[in-house]
Amino acid sequence: MTRLAGISDRTVAWLFISPTIVLLLAINIFPLIWTLYMSFTNFKANMGWVKYKSVGIENYADILTDSDIWAAMQTTAQFVFWSILFEVLLGFGLALLINRKFRGHGLWTTVILLPMMLSPAVVGNFWTFLFQPQIGLFNYIVSFFSGVDPASFQMIGDVKLAPWTIVLVDTWMWTPYVMLICLAGLRSIPDYIYEAAEVDRASAWRQFWSITLPMVLPFLMLAVLFRAIENFKMFDMVNLLTNGGPGSLTETVSITLKRAAFEKWQTGWSSALAIILFVVVFAVANIYVKALNKVKQQ
Amino acid sequence: MNGKATAHSVVEASSRFKLFCGAIVVFYALVTITPLLWIFLTSIKTPGDSIAYPPKVLSEPTLEGYCNLFEIRSRQTPEYMASLPAADGYCDKLARSRNMVIAGASKTPGRLVNSLLIGFSSTFLAVFLGTLAAYAFSRFRVPVRDDLMFFILSTRFMPPIAVAIPIYLMYRQLGMTDTHFGMILLYTSVNVSLAVWLLKGFIDEIPREYEEAALVDGYTRLQAFVKTVLPQAATGIAATAVFCLIFAWNEYAFAVLLTSGVAQTMPPFIPFIIGEGGQDWPAVAAGTTLFVIPILCFTILLRKHLLRGITFGAVRK
Repeated sequence: MTRLAGISDRTVAWLFISPTIVLLLAINIFPLIWTLYMSFTNFKANMGWVKYKSVGIENYADILTDSDIWAAMQTTAQFVFWSILFEVLLGFGLALLINRKFRGHGLWTTVILLPMMLSPAVVGNFWTFLFQPQIGLFNYIVSFFSGVDPASFQMIGDVKLAPWTIVLVDTWMWTPYVMLICLAGLRSIPDYIYEAAEVDRASAWRQFWSITLPMVLPFLMLAVLFRAIENFKMFDMVNLLTNGGPGSLTETVSITLKRAAFEKWQTGWSSALAIILFVVVFAVANIYVKALNKVKQQ
Repeated sequence: MNGKATAHSVVEASSRFKLFCGAIVVFYALVTITPLLWIFLTSIKTPGDSIAYPPKVLSEPTLEGYCNLFEIRSRQTPEYMASLPAADGYCDKLARSRNMVIAGASKTPGRLVNSLLIGFSSTFLAVFLGTLAAYAFSRFRVPVRDDLMFFILSTRFMPPIAVAIPIYLMYRQLGMTDTHFGMILLYTSVNVSLAVWLLKGFIDEIPREYEEAALVDGYTRLQAFVKTVLPQAATGIAATAVFCLIFAWNEYAFAVLLTSGVAQTMPPFIPFIIGEGGQDWPAVAAGTTLFVIPILCFTILLRKHLLRGITFGAVRK
């Protein structure tokens, strides 16, 4: 057997790392640079034969002053805010309850976790079935408990309800995510801290505010940041559930981007929008990684 | 004795309180699982029962949805129907009872094969590359390691639509749109970041002493890696592979924008299963059920590693 003694650890390290880096450079970074280049042009991908020219920062100026983009940003921000709020309240609440370790908690925890593993596209699609007016299960259950006619409201088509519909489905899908991370936070708190608090006769309320919450907070932050990034770029679930409608009422930024890039074929303009989204996500991701490392250190 | 019991009262909740907590959690679990159960129940209904009002919870079970998922029917004249030989097979008989004949196989099997092929190939590549990189990051002093790790993770956070624009143009130039190879490459690049981060966590947990002993015994670095680290990281590698597979299986944004036929996977296909006379909900539900079952099984298998998988290895227990 040939001894590969000639290969130093340093060589092995680079040999092992470089394929991954090369792949990411080819599939992620090269296209990113290309996008950056195109964002300064008026290129249209469906008319590749037309000579395109540089337009400077016109695309960026256009986007940042476009009221439709700001509307989409607002829609996205509201979606992110409300879905995360509900996910945190429900997820943290459930984690507190599950942490009481009642009999069978393992089984029920697994059941609760199932939605977050599903394909968002498939989830969006089958909820459209549940939201059918008249025949849909959701409308039927609501009407059963409230007495409202199940054909009288449309979760997807109604101007008032549609924004809450995407929040509802997102909450259904991702509450388990927040719950699971909070549960890990709760389990990281050693029992003796509570025992000491008990000796000091701290009330349960007091214990929650001065022990439980501060200790779980880094974990909660992690979950919130991750959900914020994911929901900011949300495309698949919303695309199949409402496709941005009615009108453009539930049009998140990703849907705007898809429409501009793959329906209107404004490649240059949408490249500029893509770059803006990159910058936003990258900034949040930076904070996210810092939070990750903080949790790791504990 | 009594004093000790109170000291533990917070950590160990009273049994009545536990029951109360349990009841709420079970209630939430039942509510959350209802949509999934409903999809399954819809998949075994007839098209008529699936859109009945009020909704039918239980109906005569039928596999018609599954038949329509895999086969295409066409309506024929009564004379033609009468001239046919006797129906053979379950789906054929069902079709005949509705005055239709089976006209051939649907696109579903092809889409399922695409999902499996692209899923398994990209998973294999991502885990292979990820294991090597993770080992190097875990064991060697790599310059700018933290920056490289951040770079690898940050690619995962890019909005898929934003990535899809240049990829679409690039693949068009290279003739790789709607090809298996193109999709495998793309999913590998997305999954490799998850694989590196997860596997680094798993490999960090393997004591270095094993390899050092192997090195002292005269193994080379590569031999030590293959003989001591790989077997010990097997569980971690398997868990990582399942996470990559789930991602590739579930992925929609790239699939819908970059594939249209040859390499199309299940997620963009399922919503467009259209039957005779509009949306065929039992067939869509059947497709969804078959698509979701492997995920449910994997989730149960992965229970212990789930937390790691969804936090890129940051939270372990």
